[in-house]
Amino acid sequence: MSVEILMPALSPTMEEGTLSKWLVKEGDKVVSGDLIAEIETDKATMEVESVEDGTIGKLLVLEGEEYIKVNAPIAILLFDGDSLPLKLPSKEKKEDEINVQVVSSNKLKEVDLEVNVEFKNEVPPIIKENKSIKKLKRIFSSPLARRIAKLKNIDLTSVLGSGPNGRILKIDIESLSDNNNLKIENSLNINDNFEIVKNTTMRKTIAERLVKSKNEAPHFYLSLDCNIDKLLEIRASINSKSNNDFKISVNDIIIKTVSASLIKVPKANASWENENTKYFKNTDISVAVAINGGLITPIVRDVQSKGLMSISLEMKNLSTKAKEGKLLPEEYVGGSFSISNLGMFGIKEFSAVINPPQGAILAVGAGEQRPVVIDGQISIATIMTVTLSCDHRVVDGAVGAEFLSAFKEYIENPALMLL
Amino acid sequence: MNKNYFDLIVIGGGPGGYVAAIRAAQLGLSVTLIEDKHLGGICLNWGCIPTKALLRASEIKHLLDNVSDFGFSVSNVQMDINKITKRSRDVAAQLSSGIKHLLKKNKVNVIDGFAYLDKKENEKKNVIVKLKNKDETLKLSSKNIIIATGARSRNLPFVSSDAINIWDYKTAMTPPKLPSSLVIIGSGAIGMEFASFYSDLGVKVTVVEALNSILPNEDDDISQIVASNFRKRNVDIKVNATLQSVSSNSNQVISEILSNGKTETINSEKLILAIGIIANTEKIGLENYNIKLDRGHIVTDQWLETSEKGIYAIGDVTQGPWLAHKASHEATLCVEKIVGLDNLHPIDKTSIPGCTYCRPQVASIGLTEKAAKANKIDIKIGKFPFVGNGKAIALGDSEGLIKTIFNKNTGELIGAHMVGPEVTELIQGFSIAKKLETTEYELMHTIFPHPTLSEAMHESVLDAYDQAIHY
Repeated sequence: MSVEILMPALSPTMEEGTLSKWLVKEGDKVVSGDLIAEIETDKATMEVESVEDGTIGKLLVLEGEEYIKVNAPIAILLFDGDSLPLKLPSKEKKEDEINVQVVSSNKLKEVDLEVNVEFKNEVPPIIKENKSIKKLKRIFSSPLARRIAKLKNIDLTSVLGSGPNGRILKIDIESLSDNNNLKIENSLNINDNFEIVKNTTMRKTIAERLVKSKNEAPHFYLSLDCNIDKLLEIRASINSKSNNDFKISVNDIIIKTVSASLIKVPKANASWENENTKYFKNTDISVAVAINGGLITPIVRDVQSKGLMSISLEMKNLSTKAKEGKLLPEEYVGGSFSISNLGMFGIKEFSAVINPPQGAILAVGAGEQRPVVIDGQISIATIMTVTLSCDHRVVDGAVGAEFLSAFKEYIENPALMLL
Repeated sequence: MNKNYFDLIVIGGGPGGYVAAIRAAQLGLSVTLIEDKHLGGICLNWGCIPTKALLRASEIKHLLDNVSDFGFSVSNVQMDINKITKRSRDVAAQLSSGIKHLLKKNKVNVIDGFAYLDKKENEKKNVIVKLKNKDETLKLSSKNIIIATGARSRNLPFVSSDAINIWDYKTAMTPPKLPSSLVIIGSGAIGMEFASFYSDLGVKVTVVEALNSILPNEDDDISQIVASNFRKRNVDIKVNATLQSVSSNSNQVISEILSNGKTETINSEKLILAIGIIANTEKIGLENYNIKLDRGHIVTDQWLETSEKGIYAIGDVTQGPWLAHKASHEATLCVEKIVGLDNLHPIDKTSIPGCTYCRPQVASIGLTEKAAKANKIDIKIGKFPFVGNGKAIALGDSEGLIKTIFNKNTGELIGAHMVGPEVTELIQGFSIAKKLETTEYELMHTIFPHPTLSEAMHESVLDAYDQAIHY
């Protein structure tokens, strides 16, 4: 029998690393606890121990090899008297076993070509993913850190530990949660001309994700003006019947409209996963919310099956929790499509950075009265400019355009959403 | 490279300095350590270690005084104070030579002499060493210098130790003969250890403390138990009492003590000054650099660097608490920071245990009840007296208490305070608990061996959550 030695995760956030040095060679006998390799991440160099007794059968990666995915096999350990297995494992990361119906990228191209011609009838196969499966990676943390994290509703997977082997300590949780004190506590250097503030984990995460998005996702942008006079009328009439029990905002209607448009154009409800493209059946809409020290995108799930009132209440609740830093991971991790609305700041139009791995984000500007030409006559209407940023790997120009025109149709004629 | 250039120069060979030198050598630095008097510093030569040897003797005396409790009768017990002090000196000497060996083994270059900082040249800092017993000086240089020159006992403006009637710790550790009576000024760890030693050897002792309780850094419950124990042993304890004046002649010391608005005169054969320490910052060339002091002690940042880049200070010469184990820990932290190791954390002052080896022993870590309340921490308190502990009763030593303080919301161990048998050996259990950041849950679910004194630690934790079994 033999076992594969896998690339370890040196910290909860590590995804890949460099094998900087082999400390054993093929044929070496090792006992549990022997050091076998040095692994380097952008943060640290650490040694890997063997967890079993045996003989190093095969080194699967070269010394100095970079970008080795966590959990990819790096060596084969043989138990006494064994020989190498005939088929060596590939160096690819071992995916968790998930129930997927895989679409090969070749096949997808064919489908794409087809749909370009006649996209109305053809919907690419949807990949189903079993939601209950999570990666079971051990997170080292102190009991006190776990207790405080639980009290404060902080997800340990999002915390960088400063203890040995990335162990999360009380201080790591506290430096995360004292948002109010952040600026003072993390001020490394204050002088008259500038102030240096240590980047919080949230800032670093935002930076990392946005850089990844802009580097990896080929963005293109589509803009459209929408007349929202009817929408405003309907909103006013709904709210006039509310007895102050609820108050539907324009944003709530936009969430509903995006959902309806995605249902109509499911190809825009997709994300890029290298080997596969994932098409979502539900519309889980991520909505960007500005919070102290950054932003977060809580998710209104299954919008297609919800009415405006429940969307509105849910959004209000999520946004309050976001501002208090009390969102649970399942409330902001995932989502199929994002909305970023800067209309309340009077921004006319802007283009947003895609929230990876999603395929598109809709940037919503302010509704303002503008002169418009209708039937050769200049008149005044409330116009809202929206800009769709698409990841061209997933959403082609025609799909994006189709989505936006569906959006325009619905938002200008909200009654159509009743159909 | 110049043979007088080192990666690190350490000034002072006490528990801060020698640990820094060895750790630096382990990490591959070239290190020179300069010591003026004795390797091991005050701790090993005139502090922690020799006093423990003395207290062992007084503890044996206490057992001899009470052998009948255990079914023995002995007669004609003889005591020779010179033999007791000689044993204490032998212990210190044995350990000091051990340090010399350790430094040699780690290839630390050790120089006997007095070092001071000379002016900076470029990025290099220079240290001049006046060699011991030679009329010669050496000039060394380094990018990194650790000052670990320690401290000495403090005198009062109107009275200084004269090593005859007014004793400092050195004389108190090597008395030519036992005095009949003794006044001890100051009831910190040093004062109380001498009070315990001399009173157990039969000396009439009076302790004078300016604050409102003895061992003023300890939790009030602990101080009270110690005070009542000493009073039962006929030690006179005066709190809120300050020494006004001292005069001495050939056979007695006359102390004027002001307490509660009244002045009282105490006659005693000798007097010990145990009122704290002052840092050794003189003549070491601090004036050549921008090094800030606060009340005589060198100010450092959390990584032990002074206000001058590349110059560090550790141990008693810096800010308190002034404890050998804090100095040693600062030493390794400082060196590891210089080398740039990962995952370092500054010292958390609430995780430094403190021990006093008087009888009964006292040990504590973290915040007292009063300090926790002053910090507005919502707390839960557990108390367990040793009278409920089988092992303590079997030992015939069941006076004492273990008090634990938890954060009510998070279960964090905020403080642990102990008085009683061998508590100085027990406290490390709570130190580890604090370092690993356990909550009450892990402590409650830890299996403590039976029968041991440590069960009282467990019970105290259980009591904080109203689950104590044996009380």
